Amino acid sequence: MARTITFQQAISEALSQEMARDPSVIVMGEDNVGGMGADGEKDAWGGVLGVTKGLYPKYGERVMDTPISESAFIGAAIGAATAGMRPVAELMFIDFMGVCFDQIFNQAAKFRYMFGGKAETPVVIRTMVGAGFRAAAQHSQMLYSIFTHIPGLKVVIPATPYDAKGLMIQSIRDNDPVIFCEHKMLYTVQGEVPEEIYTIPFGEANVVRDGKHVTLVTLGRMVHVALEAASNLAKNNIQCEVIDLRTTSPMDEDTVLESVGKTGRLVVVDEANPRCNIATDVSAIVAEKAFGALKAPIAMVTAPHTPVPFSPDLEDLYIPNAAKIEAAVMKVSGYKG
Amino acid sequence: MAATLSREDLLRAYRMMKTIREFEERVHTEFATGEIPGFVHLYAGEEASATGICLHLNDNDKIASTHRGHGHCIAKGVDVYGMMAEIYGRATGTCRGKGGSMHIADLDMGMMGANGIVGGGPPLICGAGLAAKFKKNKGVAIAFVGDGGSNQGTTLESLNLATVWNLPCIFVMENNGYAESTASKWSVACKDIVERAHGFGMPGVMVDGHDFFAVYEAAGEAITRARQGGGPTLIECKLNRYFGHFEGDAQTYRGPDEVKKLRETKDCIKSFARRVTSAGMLSQAEMDAIDKTVLANIDDAVAKAKAAPKPSAKDLLTDVYTSY
Repeated sequence: MARTITFQQAISEALSQEMARDPSVIVMGEDNVGGMGADGEKDAWGGVLGVTKGLYPKYGERVMDTPISESAFIGAAIGAATAGMRPVAELMFIDFMGVCFDQIFNQAAKFRYMFGGKAETPVVIRTMVGAGFRAAAQHSQMLYSIFTHIPGLKVVIPATPYDAKGLMIQSIRDNDPVIFCEHKMLYTVQGEVPEEIYTIPFGEANVVRDGKHVTLVTLGRMVHVALEAASNLAKNNIQCEVIDLRTTSPMDEDTVLESVGKTGRLVVVDEANPRCNIATDVSAIVAEKAFGALKAPIAMVTAPHTPVPFSPDLEDLYIPNAAKIEAAVMKVSGYKG
Repeated sequence: MAATLSREDLLRAYRMMKTIREFEERVHTEFATGEIPGFVHLYAGEEASATGICLHLNDNDKIASTHRGHGHCIAKGVDVYGMMAEIYGRATGTCRGKGGSMHIADLDMGMMGANGIVGGGPPLICGAGLAAKFKKNKGVAIAFVGDGGSNQGTTLESLNLATVWNLPCIFVMENNGYAESTASKWSVACKDIVERAHGFGMPGVMVDGHDFFAVYEAAGEAITRARQGGGPTLIECKLNRYFGHFEGDAQTYRGPDEVKKLRETKDCIKSFARRVTSAGMLSQAEMDAIDKTVLANIDDAVAKAKAAPKPSAKDLLTDVYTSY
């Protein structure tokens, strides 16, 4: 049996193995070392939740602390990428995109096209996403759809430790800018992860559970919630096929369309707010390309159209849960036209 | 006269400034015919700045530019034929017609792009400086920033980061007096942009941006320091633009005869010529000969750009990703 480590350790291992393999890989972010310039120990934090801890003692100056100055250092990572480095920059929380988005969507995303195909920008922007941490409205959002909207960016949302490692290594080696979304509630999730280096290609969804009645398309932390719902529904003999998209840009449309072709029923589960999110995008693709296969209207299970609330009582209502997914599946299963 | 400048350097400097001037004067004329699409922002009047800085640079060095980027491109060695074709939106352009005037870039030449976003360049230049540091190639990275861009958070953050990381970066603030139509003496809170250098822990120097020799000397000091690991510098070049913010700008915000007087009294090319001839370094005949070849080249670049093929429909969908 393979070794079991956490989602967080899987990302850290991917970073370390790629840094060992390729000297052009550098890591930077706020407190990615921690304690810089202070009198106490170095590597004090290793990132605010410890993902980069242990890299500084191994790789020294290739692991860089930054001022709290996202425009400057995210932009610097992008500039360094065009100049031959492979930086992995940490935008601590995706919510902070507001203070540096220009460098990501007007600079990094557009260089290749705007410069006539002559630029490569192999930068990875790691960023924490998602609710559940009681971190309230400005530290909990699921903003991957905004990045998915931008041509030139690739967007990755791993759901398991195995995928986190393989997709991170792929992200570092990829020659386009990648937004790598790490759900903070997944950091402690355990899973089997090989010690050796491996990659998972972008644009290949993972069918994590086979089923013939209803297709559940989801991503990130919601993969686990959808699996819980599918397991409960199986007791009532409703077999759900659960698809983890893994990446939203590129997106694996074929796997989704093939599954809907088989089941004729689709529920899309997305932790993001409901307008213009991945659920609406997947729904539009299926409605456009597999309308004839549908036996019931598409259902979407998403967060409500509100900011993320602080109170645990409210936040638990905000986040899609298994019961809501089961209700949606029951609705599309029972649809008679 | 700066002691390090050879006759060859002076000839090169003159050719560079003249090329920029004639390129811009010609784009101005051609734009009026309606054949050039979109927006263009001309650099005429500011040539001594790009030239005085870039004459120090080599292939390891990077620059990032502004909306007003043609001069920086030419000074960094980007081909004027490709640039002209790009401005006309042709397939033979530097960026295959996908960038246009505001996005001309040639990474092979170390030109990281004109930029449609005011203040877009400085963070990127911190990255280019960082890469040079890791590669230990003694490269420097130069951000050209306008007085408008000097007020952007990206610029101020980059000044801070460049000092914190001790980067080989130079921030050249080209203060031409106007951010679009707004006077810098109104929009910049301090008297001179150079005062900001102190607040970010780096040396700052202010020069007359019409004086090639002053720019060249200040840049030489800053670049030498950066190459030796001495960190960043801010240089403020006080200068003027001969045209509007963009072509089509009626410039009603400028004083009567302001541009006419500037052309008469603040012409970096004329003052350069006076200085080198009086010092006996170059002859007027040598410069006249350069003028002829420059004008012929620009004529040819315009003719070739107009005759060049337009991008084809398939080009719309290419060059978004390296792989997808």
